[in-house]
Amino acid sequence: MIEKTVAELSTALARGDISSVELTQAYLHRINQYNSHLNTYITICEDTALKQARAADKSRSEGNCNPLLGVPLAHKDIFCTKGITTTCGSRMLHNFVSPYDATVVEKFNAAGVVTLGKTNMDEFAMGSSNETSYFGPVKNPWDSSRVPGGSSGGSAAAVAADLCAMATGTDTGGSIRQPAAFCGVTGFKPSYGRVSRWGMIAFASSLDQAGPICKSAEDAAMMLNVMAGLDEKDSTSADKATVDYTRTLNDSLEGLKIGIPRQHFAEGLSAEVEQKIRDALKVFESLGATIKEIDLPNNHLSVSAYYVIAPAEASANLSRYDGVRYGYRCDGPVDLEDMYKRSRSEGFGEEVKRRIMVGTYALSAGFYDAYYRKAQKIRRLIRNDFLSVFKEVDVILGPTSPHTAFELGAKSDPVAMYLEDIYTIAVNLAGLPGISIPAGIVSGLPIGLHMVGSDFNEAKVLNVAHQFQINTDWHSRKPNLIAMEG
Amino acid sequence: MALDKTEVEKIAHLARLHIDTEEATEVAGRITDILALIDEMQSVDTASTEPLAHPLDVVQRLRADEVTEVNHRDALQEIAPSSQCGLYLVPRVIE
Repeated sequence: MIEKTVAELSTALARGDISSVELTQAYLHRINQYNSHLNTYITICEDTALKQARAADKSRSEGNCNPLLGVPLAHKDIFCTKGITTTCGSRMLHNFVSPYDATVVEKFNAAGVVTLGKTNMDEFAMGSSNETSYFGPVKNPWDSSRVPGGSSGGSAAAVAADLCAMATGTDTGGSIRQPAAFCGVTGFKPSYGRVSRWGMIAFASSLDQAGPICKSAEDAAMMLNVMAGLDEKDSTSADKATVDYTRTLNDSLEGLKIGIPRQHFAEGLSAEVEQKIRDALKVFESLGATIKEIDLPNNHLSVSAYYVIAPAEASANLSRYDGVRYGYRCDGPVDLEDMYKRSRSEGFGEEVKRRIMVGTYALSAGFYDAYYRKAQKIRRLIRNDFLSVFKEVDVILGPTSPHTAFELGAKSDPVAMYLEDIYTIAVNLAGLPGISIPAGIVSGLPIGLHMVGSDFNEAKVLNVAHQFQINTDWHSRKPNLIAMEG
Repeated sequence: MALDKTEVEKIAHLARLHIDTEEATEVAGRITDILALIDEMQSVDTASTEPLAHPLDVVQRLRADEVTEVNHRDALQEIAPSSQCGLYLVPRVIE
């Protein structure tokens, strides 16, 4: 049962084939079996989960028929959970227990979802391999010598290994989509503002967006139905009508116009990955879509602009960690400045400190125009590229990552790691919805197909992804975990 | 632009981070590499481009100036490293 999709579990629970308590116990058993090896969870909430499962079963017996009622989920450890530790993958917050729930958490709780635990992640979501976590790296369930991607690596690996039915993630430059690609699952970043950021620990506030990581586009639609919507507590939450995202999943793709950016099929892309993406394009053509080559001429500048904007926003956001109100405080500070400096230096890891310093530099007197303002101008050019392309096509398709999951420790150079997100970063800068869905296996490792939609057109992206999934079975492929047992 | 050790120490101070003298050279090298990546954007002429701070072209929402929250001080201070009588305690700043 644990290998099933959320849609299938929802039906099984509604029919009474299984109870939420039985299902939750099955996932907890699986977590006990594999988590010590995969390191996907930082916190496992066995007692809370079983309590929520009992409540869900009771609520169902009283007539509640919410589609997600009693389905077990894992939250990325960036979402504040009242009474449960929220670490953000950092020593700084290793013992932080939030006094409130994030809006996303509140919404899933209200839907009757069972929370199995909090998943591992790159520290403060800064990384593309999950190796910057204070709690150690997550292993890729397809090959435990490889990374799961990042920063939502724990969530993606937990879904892939059936250690939960679904998980939440966040995506600032590719942090939902790249790990989804590396772990062979579906990961969806909605438009900026679609999902509330309230209670989601901030990294780069103009880029951060929460979204689902799950086993199919249909599941993503069911999750987004819960997550999406205006939240008065988040001033950047979009005041745009939401729809039932499952309603248009079965729309025909006849006449759909797909753009493929020349820049995403250029130097650096692995030939095997390219072949799988081109095979996927043939599937769309067989469903009535037309393919057109397009240009995103400023795409190559997206990593440069991002590594000014994201660190600049991070340096401001992370200034709150000063050892005064919550989080880590160093031992025996001699004075206030010593307390600030040592608490921050001991509490943050290398990558976080590096980004804080890059951001501080970019915002410092004399450099603001050359870096921050320049990057914002580049951001405009990048968004304009997308706006003009979406006058001609409905969605943009390409690879999520230039290659499959790399080996742990393979990218010790920060710049090499930053270039990992070359196909995904521009989407955050432009604020658009983007999904990664499994589209093939290369040498035993999954690859991801990346699809981008126009502003707030999540329904279209999910529709196109779902149509691909009902005509292929790449999303149903599973890693073989037998080798890890014991 | 290449950063030297002194500049790294200055930035670290602005960011309230402590950097060991031995670390500073390595950190300067890493940040210099990142700045080289960033500098690719300098080659593009953006003289007539307006900066984009935010993907949503909207005006900040305002709400009525009414009290909507109750006092959470005790709950919030429960997780503080050090507090007493409703105050956050820090090392002495006035002699």
